[in-house]
Amino acid sequence: MKQSNKSYVKRQYIIIGIFAVVGIIYLIRLFSLQVFDRELKQNAYNNVLRYVTQYPARGKVFDRNGKLLVYNEAVYDLMVVPSEVRDMDTAEFCRLVNISHETFKERLSKARKYSRIKASVFVGQISKEDYAHIAEVLYRFPGFYFQTRTLRHYPQAIAAHTLGDIGEVNKEEMAADSYYKMGDYIGKSGIERFYEKELRGKKGLKVVMVDVHNKEKGSYLDGALDSLPVPGKDIYLGLDADLQAYGEQLMHGKIGSIVAIEPKTGQILAFVTSPSYDPNLLVGRVRGENYTMLLNDPEKPLLNRAISGTYPPGSTFKMVNGMIALQSGSITPATQFHCNGQASTPIKCTHSHGSSPDLANAIENSCNPYFYEAFKTTINNPKFGSIKKGFEYWCQMAHNLGLGHRFDTDIPYESTGNIPTVEDYDKMYRGSWNSVTIRSLGIGQGEILVTPLQLANIAAVVANEGYYYPPHFIRAFGDSTAVPEKMTTRIETGIEARHCKVIKAGMRSVFEGGHGTARGSKIPGISAGGKTGTAQNPHGDNHSIFIAFAPVEDPQIALAIVIENGGYGSTWAAPIASLMMEKYIKGYTERPAVEERMMNGTINYNIKKKK
Amino acid sequence: MTDRNSIIGKVDWPILLMYFALVVIGWLSIYSAGMSEGHHAIYDMTQFCGKQMMWIGIAMAAGFVILILDAKLFDAFSFWIYAVVVFLLIVVLVYGKATNGATSWIDFGGFKLQPSEFAKLGTALAVASLLGKQDTDLQQRKTRLKVYALILAPAALVLLQHDAGSALVFASFIFVLYREGMPGAGAVMLLAAGALAVFVLTLVWSVKVMCIVLGVLFALTLLYYLLNKKKGLWRMVAVYAFLIALVFSVDYAFYHILEEHQRTRFEILLKLKDDPQGDGYNLHQSKIAIGSGGFWGKGFLNGTQTKYDFVPEQHTDFIFCTIGEEGGFKGSFVVILLYVGLLVRIIKVAERQRLAFSRIYGYSIAGILFVHVAVNIGMTIGLVPVVGIPLPFLSYGGSSLLAFTVMLAIFLKQDANRLNILS
Repeated sequence: MKQSNKSYVKRQYIIIGIFAVVGIIYLIRLFSLQVFDRELKQNAYNNVLRYVTQYPARGKVFDRNGKLLVYNEAVYDLMVVPSEVRDMDTAEFCRLVNISHETFKERLSKARKYSRIKASVFVGQISKEDYAHIAEVLYRFPGFYFQTRTLRHYPQAIAAHTLGDIGEVNKEEMAADSYYKMGDYIGKSGIERFYEKELRGKKGLKVVMVDVHNKEKGSYLDGALDSLPVPGKDIYLGLDADLQAYGEQLMHGKIGSIVAIEPKTGQILAFVTSPSYDPNLLVGRVRGENYTMLLNDPEKPLLNRAISGTYPPGSTFKMVNGMIALQSGSITPATQFHCNGQASTPIKCTHSHGSSPDLANAIENSCNPYFYEAFKTTINNPKFGSIKKGFEYWCQMAHNLGLGHRFDTDIPYESTGNIPTVEDYDKMYRGSWNSVTIRSLGIGQGEILVTPLQLANIAAVVANEGYYYPPHFIRAFGDSTAVPEKMTTRIETGIEARHCKVIKAGMRSVFEGGHGTARGSKIPGISAGGKTGTAQNPHGDNHSIFIAFAPVEDPQIALAIVIENGGYGSTWAAPIASLMMEKYIKGYTERPAVEERMMNGTINYNIKKKK
Repeated sequence: MTDRNSIIGKVDWPILLMYFALVVIGWLSIYSAGMSEGHHAIYDMTQFCGKQMMWIGIAMAAGFVILILDAKLFDAFSFWIYAVVVFLLIVVLVYGKATNGATSWIDFGGFKLQPSEFAKLGTALAVASLLGKQDTDLQQRKTRLKVYALILAPAALVLLQHDAGSALVFASFIFVLYREGMPGAGAVMLLAAGALAVFVLTLVWSVKVMCIVLGVLFALTLLYYLLNKKKGLWRMVAVYAFLIALVFSVDYAFYHILEEHQRTRFEILLKLKDDPQGDGYNLHQSKIAIGSGGFWGKGFLNGTQTKYDFVPEQHTDFIFCTIGEEGGFKGSFVVILLYVGLLVRIIKVAERQRLAFSRIYGYSIAGILFVHVAVNIGMTIGLVPVVGIPLPFLSYGGSSLLAFTVMLAIFLKQDANRLNILS
């Protein structure tokens, strides 16, 4: 051993000391990082945990017979993660997904520009068939994978307005309900909107761990924090898909609407507004574009005329006046009023019939002077004390019959229509008015405005002989939960059944009587009641209106039809109504000539289509 | 040749056991860190852990061969070994492959070698051999110059590969020189520590503040010297002059001598710059991983930060993150204790050697291991700038594991042979 090193032996302790001190410093540092620093632990969670929303399947919508109206269709987006794309047979890939080589290069570079490690859509909305075909060999093309999405799909392309559509939530909707997050879908109109809470189900949550590239690596804590999505409820509507489709066919080339109600329940059987559109247009990525297109269409296909269109009811209102006059005791079924035909004052009669009809006759012939007299007699009835009191009674009864207000069931955006009040006339005529001033009300003109839905309800009231259920779409929920009570609550109009029976008989003779205004539309083998209306329209040709129900003995269907500018009620509305009722009751029709004439008939509206 | 049974009886078991413990911990950590690509068998040769297992086998076989070789061989061939590694370092400069900005690999047809790992071993042997000679006297300037040359030549070549971290390791020879009584080695250590402190503090505070601090310190020391009539006043003044000069040159050194990435790493370490997504990413994620381990750790294979690639280089230079995350403070404590235990044991074993060569060699490898461990773990916990050097025995990498194992095996062989040496 070299001597010179003897004196330095103690230096080993200095060196050991340095090692030990560094070790201790590191342990202190580690202790502070690992035991005291909470922020680092939180950062670690933020790094690695992603909260992934599990979207529930939206409820399906069926018609009254279980026919599918709306369902979720899986569409597949072919996604690409550019950083994972390897050398591959590009030519085969292009053939497979049916794109050109140029498109391929273009899309790949676009995806690269967006992000090399985040997925972007390479080919969107691939059909189920193509998906199966491509998925089989996709493993050979690393970096590509499928992402499933669901879109609403309408297999029959009918009842667009009724079913409504869904779209991304906007700020207001998010503010109103914290359930919704950016990018969620919500019912925007129709059934989709009204039954949003039932249809949407409940979102689930999955906590997953991700790596630095945001790639899923598995569930966190074996899914202890996860919640499964609850699928939305299926909905069964009262709608009859076949009748609805038939109605839409009949209304082709015409502007107007058909509302058909099952009188015994208030369920809507058909809800046609024309022109309409294919509900599949407002789905997915084309929604915005198509919406703008429909919005700019001069025929206003987005307008739901069955509830937003308000029309003077014309002669169809004679039922209302007849019922109110009977109920108030102002007339009896046998009461006759004199008709001078064209020479009658203050309202002339447009139909030729016997000079002094009774109520049933008057309905059959749609005698204007009769109903003017009946109306006058009612509001001037001495039992009310004054004309204003009489008129208030009349208003109240009209209200009871479902006019002048919304039903407020599951039909969104209803118009109230209009039933003028005493105040209205006081204002209009500075307090000085009488039954002659407001005589137009007697024949359903003047200030009265009704929606086709309200008209259909009048038909239902007559068919039910005095009561109705508020018209609504819902029939049942898929999980058998009760439909809202409001829709199953029978409403009494205050018109007694015996009075209704008289009206009913009159309406029956509209089809079956010798002078009946709809005698040309008689349904073979079915007894029906109806009433034509020809509403004067200051903007153009008269609107053709018809309300009806059938069969008279046990009404299954009550409906109202408005054909804008269609002229006489008997020209368009009555034949279409008769076909609708026949179709619904029999399941088929036996009058091909009428059917063909109605389906192919178009009305020239002279609306210039913007290009 | 010593026979097999006797070598097993003579080998220093504490060192060997601590070595085995570290290698196994490293292997398991590499396995865990590699789990992000799905479950693989620990021996799957396509994975890092499988390859590491192969390297463990090769390294241990090499170590075993060394243990049955003649102990005298290493002293005798030390300069030849040194010459070979220096030659390899030159080859790397000419033919090397670049990874992470450093050109440090030689590719032998798919088999990659990192000569800088072996350069430390060669240098340790050469230094031990030179200083161990009976006629070598560190008090002589000529001897000291020879030692400097031996150490600085490979260090310079490594620096030329832009591998500053590995070059830095050669500074570890200051420990052995200090132990061997080289004049001024202690002072250099102190001065280096002081200079480092001044450098860091100047960056953190400012030149002005540092001048005031040093001025006050100087005044106090001067007062002390004058009152106690101490000698060496001029030397003290020179040291302060050096430090003041350093303060003024820090800016220059920082912006002109350090390379861009080295500067950034300093800035991030000293919190002069905060950029967790960019240059500070490694350190930030490394601290998150270690910090998230807590006291008990998340458990083997349960780490999320290291496994899911948040920590870069997690199986090589940042392997300690996996230990910190999955083993928690408990695991970190065990590993640090193993390292300190190993180092202290090497020093104690070195001190019992009869041959100067063996003692000096022991101190050399203790120094090398210490710098590796201190710098590597220090960077993962934010005490040292990010420098890419491996954690001995734990980090993934064949060259590193092989070099450290051989390094340790030679020392064990010298120790096992010590009783055969006549003093």
